[in-house]
Amino acid sequence: MKNKHKKDYTGITSSISAIVLGLIVGLVILFLSNPSQAIPGFVMILTGAFTHGAKGVGQVFYYATPIILTGLSVGFAFKTGLFNIGTPGQFIMGAFGAVYVGILWTSLGPAHWVVALLASVIMGAIWGLVPGLLKAYFNVNEVIASIMMNYIGMYLVNWIVKSYKPLFNNLRNESRNVAAAANIPKMGLDKIFPGSSVNGGILIAILVVIIIHIVLNKTTLGYELKAVGFNRDASKYAGINEKKSIILSMMIAGAIAGLAGGILYLSGTGKHIEIKDVLAPEGFTGISVALLGLSNPIGVLFSGIFIAYLTAGGFYLQLYEFSTEIIDIIVAVIIYFSAFALMVRIVIEKVQKRRITKEESDREGGTEV
Amino acid sequence: MSVIYFIFQQTMYFMIPLMIVALGAMFSERSGIINIALEGIMTMGAFTGILFINFTGDTMSGQLQLIIAIIISMVTGMVFSLFHGYASINMKANQVISGTALNMFAPAFAIFIARVIQNVQQIQFSNTFRIASVPVLGKIPFIGPLLFQNAYITTYIGIAIFIISAIVLYKTRFGLRLRSCGEHPHAADAAGINVYHMQYAGVLISGALGGLGGLVFVVPTSTNFNANVAGYGFLALAVLIFGQWKPVNIMLASLFFGLMKAISSAYSGIPLLNGLGIPSYFYKMVPYIVTLVVLVFTSRNSQAPKAEGVPYDKGQR
Repeated sequence: MKNKHKKDYTGITSSISAIVLGLIVGLVILFLSNPSQAIPGFVMILTGAFTHGAKGVGQVFYYATPIILTGLSVGFAFKTGLFNIGTPGQFIMGAFGAVYVGILWTSLGPAHWVVALLASVIMGAIWGLVPGLLKAYFNVNEVIASIMMNYIGMYLVNWIVKSYKPLFNNLRNESRNVAAAANIPKMGLDKIFPGSSVNGGILIAILVVIIIHIVLNKTTLGYELKAVGFNRDASKYAGINEKKSIILSMMIAGAIAGLAGGILYLSGTGKHIEIKDVLAPEGFTGISVALLGLSNPIGVLFSGIFIAYLTAGGFYLQLYEFSTEIIDIIVAVIIYFSAFALMVRIVIEKVQKRRITKEESDREGGTEV
Repeated sequence: MSVIYFIFQQTMYFMIPLMIVALGAMFSERSGIINIALEGIMTMGAFTGILFINFTGDTMSGQLQLIIAIIISMVTGMVFSLFHGYASINMKANQVISGTALNMFAPAFAIFIARVIQNVQQIQFSNTFRIASVPVLGKIPFIGPLLFQNAYITTYIGIAIFIISAIVLYKTRFGLRLRSCGEHPHAADAAGINVYHMQYAGVLISGALGGLGGLVFVVPTSTNFNANVAGYGFLALAVLIFGQWKPVNIMLASLFFGLMKAISSAYSGIPLLNGLGIPSYFYKMVPYIVTLVVLVFTSRNSQAPKAEGVPYDKGQR
């Protein structure tokens, strides 16, 4: 127990130092490109989200919703020993499922949005299932399989949306509007954050975070999934159906990423599936969110809000003639440095070990560490 | 007949960058370092190379300008790949995470700098590099139109890189040492090879060829650079795996992928394929689906380097 506590500590230390380093690099780049505007621009990144009071805070939650979920998807897979880089594909498949139901199944009444979200969960789960099956039965590396699934999903969705008339808005080269009943209700959040785009999606996202936290930490299923992640062969020997665990992990991860797509495209903010050959950026941001949140569901919740906060501040950067890409640069640098976490941990552990050994040998010359 | 020439010339435009980048990645992975940052390296290489062509467009043109741009792209790719090398070799970081970070960094950086310099993110350039027909060789029947008309100097550089890569990997001391580091670094170390140096060499080669590949991809297919290489870095990764980490197979895999890309972009001009009525999306998806199928059949006894992705630690046994 004591040991576990220490580990968490080093994780957070490396995350925070990565954030600080990322911000410093961002500041340096601002300085190099336009010294006179650098400081106000940097302050804007850090505080811009509050420019419009409650509305601004609402926008932060709106941006945070999809990336919390894609981050949770990546983080959950990490915890079970899998790298789910397939979130862009699962995300767009989920979005497609939601939009399809949202446009066409208009006879559902008030349950319309629930069914549409379920469709997004199912589509995402199917897209996660494929790499899971390939990994479990054919030992295919899930990273490569997921990358392939990303592109297959992107082209497939574009193909279907473009060629199926009821879905396609010819004039704007994107999907049509979903029915009004398919949009997620505001759930009272429009009263707290008037004027912002936030909706019930953030509450759903928080609920899913809590469910995954409980599944991972308090249930037999979560224990088995994590055990397979640590050591596939040992888990099999211990009587865990390791193939089933891998498939289930990828399906759950895919389902969460699919839900992210569904929530974003049903948020009633004029989001449509555009026919562009570009992978969904929300999916890749999920990787950053997961890494920054140390793959811990609660950590992912906060890191998602943090990145959304920076993004919201970045929008106002154009006032200072900087482009918003500086936020992506900062986040990329943060991720790069957080990849060093292992080294930080090794160094800290070494120091601690040396201290403990020294203390013990001082006492009685024991070698037990 | 002209249709065949047209398709083949188009295929070369897509195939050569894929092959160059995948061959570069082969050196990195054969030394034991997974390089998923290809997309980012290509973007950075294309960015600086195209920027150079844009800057010197008034005073320079033709092959000399292209060759200088190529060198700039390669150097940029090497410098950028050093970040990956430092993270994965010195800091023993997760190589996939480091690569993902670089992939995120590159397009954002390219857009940001382009906006600072010229206020728009697209960088225009004028393409003065197409060789309508190579003297003498272009007149050879069949082979002439196939390989020596409407070609770019980069095509021949790509072919040269292919031959050199195959020889270096299999016929030189360096190649043998590099491969041993990817298979069993501890044995290599015991035999007196500096594993860290070999891995850095692998990453740097992948950076140089990745940067070059980015430029080679943009020049024939576009007249402006918009901070991305259209997923070619990831496609090159698929080529590498499809080609099972072997130069000749990589060449064949990139030929197949290039053909599919060429068909998907030009099929409406080909009467036979246009008559079939299959939408271009199908041809766009095929390379990825085929890669998945190939993975299913090859992953049981994969030819992947054994120590790939595992940070080398001298202290471990």
